[in-house]
Amino acid sequence: MSQSAVRMTGIVKRFPGVVANDGVDLEIRAGEVHALLGENGAGKSTLSNILTGLYRPDEGTVEVDGEQRVFSSPRDALEAGIGMVHQHFRLVATFTVAENVVLGESGGSLFMNQDEVATRVRELSDRYGLAVDPSARIWQLSVGEQQRVEILKVLYRGAKVLILDEPTAVLTPIEARSLFATLRAMADEGRSVIFISHKLGEVMSVSDRVTVLRGGRTVGTVNTSETSTRGLASMMVGRSVEFERVVRDNPADTSVTVLRVDEISANDDRGRASLHDISLTVGKGEIVGVAGVAGNGQRELAEVISGMRASTSGRISVGDELVKSGKARSAIARGIAHVPEDRLHTGLAASHSVEDNLALKNYRTSTISKFRLLKRRAIREQATALVERYDVKTPNTTTPVRLLSGGNVQKVLLAREFSALPKVLIAASPTRGLDVGAIEAVRERLVAAANEGVGVLLISEDLDEIMSLADRILVMYEGRILDDVPAEGADRERIGLTMGGSNVQEVAK
Amino acid sequence: MRSPIRLERRLEQPKWLNWAVPLISLVVALVLGAIVLWLTGKNPIDVYQRIFERGFAGKKAFSGALEMATPLAFTGLCAAVAFRMGLINIGGEGQFYVGAIGAAWVGIAIGSAPTGITIALMCLAGMVFGSIYAAIVGLLRAKFNTNEIITSLMMNYLAGILLNYLIFNSTSYWRNPDSPQFPKSKDIAARADWNTYKIFGVEMPIAFLISMLAGVALWFLYKRTRFGFEVSVIADSPKAARYAGIRTSSTIVIVLALSGALAGLGGAADVGNFRGLLDAKGLQMAGYGYTGIVVAALARRNPITTIFVAIFIGGLTKAGYSLQGPDFPSGLVGTLQGLILFTAVAGEILIKYRLRTNVSRAAAVAA
Repeated sequence: MSQSAVRMTGIVKRFPGVVANDGVDLEIRAGEVHALLGENGAGKSTLSNILTGLYRPDEGTVEVDGEQRVFSSPRDALEAGIGMVHQHFRLVATFTVAENVVLGESGGSLFMNQDEVATRVRELSDRYGLAVDPSARIWQLSVGEQQRVEILKVLYRGAKVLILDEPTAVLTPIEARSLFATLRAMADEGRSVIFISHKLGEVMSVSDRVTVLRGGRTVGTVNTSETSTRGLASMMVGRSVEFERVVRDNPADTSVTVLRVDEISANDDRGRASLHDISLTVGKGEIVGVAGVAGNGQRELAEVISGMRASTSGRISVGDELVKSGKARSAIARGIAHVPEDRLHTGLAASHSVEDNLALKNYRTSTISKFRLLKRRAIREQATALVERYDVKTPNTTTPVRLLSGGNVQKVLLAREFSALPKVLIAASPTRGLDVGAIEAVRERLVAAANEGVGVLLISEDLDEIMSLADRILVMYEGRILDDVPAEGADRERIGLTMGGSNVQEVAK
Repeated sequence: MRSPIRLERRLEQPKWLNWAVPLISLVVALVLGAIVLWLTGKNPIDVYQRIFERGFAGKKAFSGALEMATPLAFTGLCAAVAFRMGLINIGGEGQFYVGAIGAAWVGIAIGSAPTGITIALMCLAGMVFGSIYAAIVGLLRAKFNTNEIITSLMMNYLAGILLNYLIFNSTSYWRNPDSPQFPKSKDIAARADWNTYKIFGVEMPIAFLISMLAGVALWFLYKRTRFGFEVSVIADSPKAARYAGIRTSSTIVIVLALSGALAGLGGAADVGNFRGLLDAKGLQMAGYGYTGIVVAALARRNPITTIFVAIFIGGLTKAGYSLQGPDFPSGLVGTLQGLILFTAVAGEILIKYRLRTNVSRAAAVAA
């Protein structure tokens, strides 16, 4: 039981401008369910991509069953017995379960033996309680059943170590419970399960041991039986860094409300309710931070306020003026600027030039177009001025933005949004993926905007960022705001727990 | 097993590729065609020379090329306009028929109006009919996100059935009652006959002039107007368009309506400038709408280039018709056109991607 199935030592993985893994150690024993816990951006995905052969580490070693291995593709990893169950399923919707299971298997004969495959699939599904009909077609299955097919695929290829990336994100509570039983059954047979999650409750109930990652490093590995939700939360959020709160030249004036969100509800892309009666206000010059683990409705909230997504009920107003639901044009006209999470494909038109992108929101105004004709010269002059003022590093203003570095992409976006002199700014993960210098520049711009009286709604998973910039912190969980506290002297641990879904009363005890 | 050659996306697309690649594609197509000709026991140079003489050289040949080019210019523009927004309108064929039906109606009905007004009204009718027909596809796409390729294609068959019904299976307004044995449409009024100009001895149909004007106007629309800007942003990233407050749904409908109007205009030209009646069978045999897709693809969606490509394909087709005979099989020109399309599409990939050998990559990794 205590023999290690996988041992990763000193893993370092750098991407341009980011160190995703900075010396991570992870040891997985045979026959255990091992949870990998951490906020988004802590390095969980990078680590699992290294283990499954998708990335190669820059430093560090991977051992499987005591033998050092270098994987150059997922197939290599699979041959070594490591299989991944992805969060986004990779199934062919019109194929049957059995066909999907054998799809991509190497060395098979040209024709598959349907009966034989079906028998093996049935055998595996009986053994682990993965009820699914091998002859059913994928599109007929529920999301939970599709996940079982993903697991069967990996088992069919003889994986001894299974990595599940946030498997419960798509499941109902009942489906989740049956998944946990399956994981337990697999562990009891001597397989190892790596369970990636940021939900504390689940980790506590399903895992044998937990490794916590934070900022690309291993915080530690603990036995689940010897820790508590509270203990894990403080490991996850950390408290070592003593950061300084930004001192504002021009403090917020909360007597004037610039943005008012009144009982807004909205659906996500798949039509499920993802915001439930959200109400919030942002004062003049106030920075309101929205903390929360990704996928708890933050993206939908930003999109609803900026008019990209229609609300199902409730109202949004800037000053005294209502913003029409689902009309980005109305939001722009009311003075709402939006720095979206996906900068290059939502905030910008990637193949368009820097100058076109700088005109993306004001091309309808009289400075840029007259009689519906574009004034090319005005577009170029505007771009030249903004590139200079916001220090965008680009060969020239006709360069497509997709060729710029991440930091400069963000500068183009900020230049456009700030130069429109907004009343409200919605910034979603504005520093994610940037290098240190660019992060600093972006934060300075946000504070400068607030000093000028812009109400800023800062949506971020980086709690440090929120705690150092924001005046007030809201905590979002499953489409609701669970907590609303002043940032000055806020209790990190309490915020961390609330982010994980433990409710406030429980924390107070 | 790794293949020795890989495609790698180009970060930057050098400007010279935009004309060099199509030209090289054309040369490659001609070389492939030459091999086919040589295999069938013909002298490729001799054949190409005859095609060039009959299709392009001389006033008479070039006049023929322009005549063939006119419908293709309109259907080419129809496809190019939609391609620019990433919409694939296969329905140029049906929109062409419907435009012809509308224009023939006006042409038959018109009595003694002056020629200029008649031409204008026929054009208008063709455009309105074609644009409404295409707007249906646009509405379905905008409201229900139906695939415009499928709906526009199906509507081609509907339009064909409508044509047959009007001329062969009913006593409609269009059908000529004096010819019960050989069903055909009424001739359009004499005044509805469109002009053809002689320029340096080359016969230039007025419809071809209109198509050139349309090409330039579309170029301007896409390059210089707010609408063109919106279309290009939607084509680049629909999400960014939504984010910037661009009305994507209505733009889809407008672009398809515009696309259909161009095909409908071609249909009007077919009735007014060339056939002088609504030729149900001839229209369906010609397949201008489908060839227009090829034209737009070769022209890389550029409306001005579309006109030139239409002349090129028009000349080829003309040569194919006039050379047809025992020593010149009718499939030859079609084969050549197919080869050109094939190499042009392959060339398109080379504009976006570059070829890399895995050997050089391995060396780069080692370095």
